[in-house]
Amino acid sequence: MKIYTYDNTFEGFLTCVFDCYSRKDFPVDICSRYGEQRYLFVESIDVPTNPKKAERVWKGIQKHLSGKNKQLLFYAYLSEELGIEMKIYRFLRRMFSGHLNLETDYGDPDVLHLTQASQKVKKEAMRMMQFVRFQRTKDRMYFCGIEPRYDVIPLIINHYQKRFTDQRWLIYDLKRNYGILYGNEKVEEVVLTKKQFNAYNGQVKEELLHEGEDFYQKLWRSYFKHINIEERKNLKLQRQHMPRRFWRYLPEKQEAN
Amino acid sequence: MSAMNDSVHEKLKILSDAAKYDVSCASSGSNRANTSKGIGSGVACGICHSFTEDGRCVSLFKILMTNNCIYDCAYCINRRTNDRPRATFTAQEIVDLTIGFYRRNYIEGLFLSSGVIKNPDYTMERMVLVAKKLRQEENYNGYIHLKAIPGASSELIHEAGIWADRLSVNMEIPTEPNLKKLAPEKNYPDIVTPMGQIRDSILVAKEERKKYRKAPRFAPAGQSTQLIVGATPETDRQIILLSSGLYKKQNLKRVYFSGYLPVNSYDARLPAVNRPPLVRENRLYQSDWLMRFYHFKAEEILSDDQPFLDLDVDPKLGFALRNMHLFPVDINRADYEMILRIPGVGVQSAQKIILARKHRRLNSLHLKKLGIVMKRAKYFITCNELPAPGMGWEPKRLRHKLLCEMNSKYKNSLNTQLSLFADYKPVLPTLH
Repeated sequence: MKIYTYDNTFEGFLTCVFDCYSRKDFPVDICSRYGEQRYLFVESIDVPTNPKKAERVWKGIQKHLSGKNKQLLFYAYLSEELGIEMKIYRFLRRMFSGHLNLETDYGDPDVLHLTQASQKVKKEAMRMMQFVRFQRTKDRMYFCGIEPRYDVIPLIINHYQKRFTDQRWLIYDLKRNYGILYGNEKVEEVVLTKKQFNAYNGQVKEELLHEGEDFYQKLWRSYFKHINIEERKNLKLQRQHMPRRFWRYLPEKQEAN
Repeated sequence: MSAMNDSVHEKLKILSDAAKYDVSCASSGSNRANTSKGIGSGVACGICHSFTEDGRCVSLFKILMTNNCIYDCAYCINRRTNDRPRATFTAQEIVDLTIGFYRRNYIEGLFLSSGVIKNPDYTMERMVLVAKKLRQEENYNGYIHLKAIPGASSELIHEAGIWADRLSVNMEIPTEPNLKKLAPEKNYPDIVTPMGQIRDSILVAKEERKKYRKAPRFAPAGQSTQLIVGATPETDRQIILLSSGLYKKQNLKRVYFSGYLPVNSYDARLPAVNRPPLVRENRLYQSDWLMRFYHFKAEEILSDDQPFLDLDVDPKLGFALRNMHLFPVDINRADYEMILRIPGVGVQSAQKIILARKHRRLNSLHLKKLGIVMKRAKYFITCNELPAPGMGWEPKRLRHKLLCEMNSKYKNSLNTQLSLFADYKPVLPTLH
């Protein structure tokens, strides 16, 4: 009985897959080396991340998966579910052994589960496109702090980069404590050490906001109130589309101060 | 400065209030790229940025340019005889608001409509100016939906299509005689002519773009319209046939239904209702979905002897109950069209079934895991191991059984039927 442990990155996981093949192993589990210990009497092999090995496995995956499913396994991995690694691993074993179009075999529990996990992640990424709200600061930065359920900030870079090319912006993941900063047509990953914003709702300190910011938030709140049709009130439907956990980041859901 | 800000704020309140009865808010269908290093991009699937308390999405900044109007349409809150606060935005004010909201990621774009001031051309010209300013001065590539004002000149409508992603002409009242009755100053040709013109221009522009990659686009997200339901005595069958005709003949992308809200309840030409017919509106949307995504024909949704949709069961289940001879459907053999017709199977599930059954024979457990609503579907399918239970049901009894099992989400919240005892509070004997 062997388990493989890795550094909790997708690259690290792909390296594990590579090593399993090169050692002709079929481990009972692949898990993060930082997680809780879940096994007592197993041989544990720690795999150092190797970008070259990961790259080879990734290329192999790309060759086998069809068009719109190319990112399936990466998205499923991002769901951070317990035990998702083994599901991906078993999937890869079958796929590399020549099972054609495996990703559409929804009758298989592993395949279905991976599909559903990747759907969840995609949905969260979509929500990051919906519910990000920028606040304009004095130094002409558009800032948003938000807390996605999964680590999806990297998936939305492309969208925002295409959309806002002529403004500097920063989307910060409050839970995972890193963000992406765009400026001068470049995107960088940043970690802020001195936090000038509320870590709970991403609100920038009042004195740092641009003077027009408050006015636009006020306008937006008014618009939001007046576009509603009172006779059709349906709060359940509202919550279904816009879950409560996002409300604290949305200016339209804040009381005017 | 602050006085001007306050006046913008006041206008925003008045004009968003006046714009809310337009239901369309879709930002889909355009993938305009941000090629000019400016601001904005289109996303083909559309993005909803917020949801108001009525559960409707806020995708576009939906606003009227003015709520002044020369017309006096019975169903419209902005009719000239209504005593309401009136306001008019300048083009620049709308541009600034749109850009300010867009940069903060509040919205996906602008949906500009307007009351008619002076004459249709004058109004349309000012609306086109807003779109042009956004595209040319602000370098804006986000979504723009413009309302084409009935009666505006064809040149102006053409220019609107050059700048906008979507155009719409609202029909509002489904049939001509009723339109005449409620909006005597409007006429049918004024609505249908621009619709036809927009359709033709879209087709021409599409052909051109096949030949020359740089040919100008014309309303790349197509055109839509809106029908008010419940203000006039049209039947559901009439409405469904009309919208099916609009999809086919006018090439519309969407037909929206708007449950009639008694905004001018004093007008005797309008029916007396106290709440919008939300269930009926929902059933019409479901029928619309059946036509657009489920390959249903308009005639299949309602047969000749049925003028109205069944409010208790959705139209797809209704179709199945009327056509029990088509069922049970064999999940492992039937073609895609037939699988789409099973109550409880959606488009995504149907596609999954088609793909999954190439790998293995599916049984009811698989189906359940795939997300099919077996509570309903089980009466209409057979799969691998067993004939589904409940074959040989008599339609009327099956309908009753399904109704009892379904705790319909509409039962309480959206029931618009006047109830005899709704406001009746029993008098309880007081205890001493």
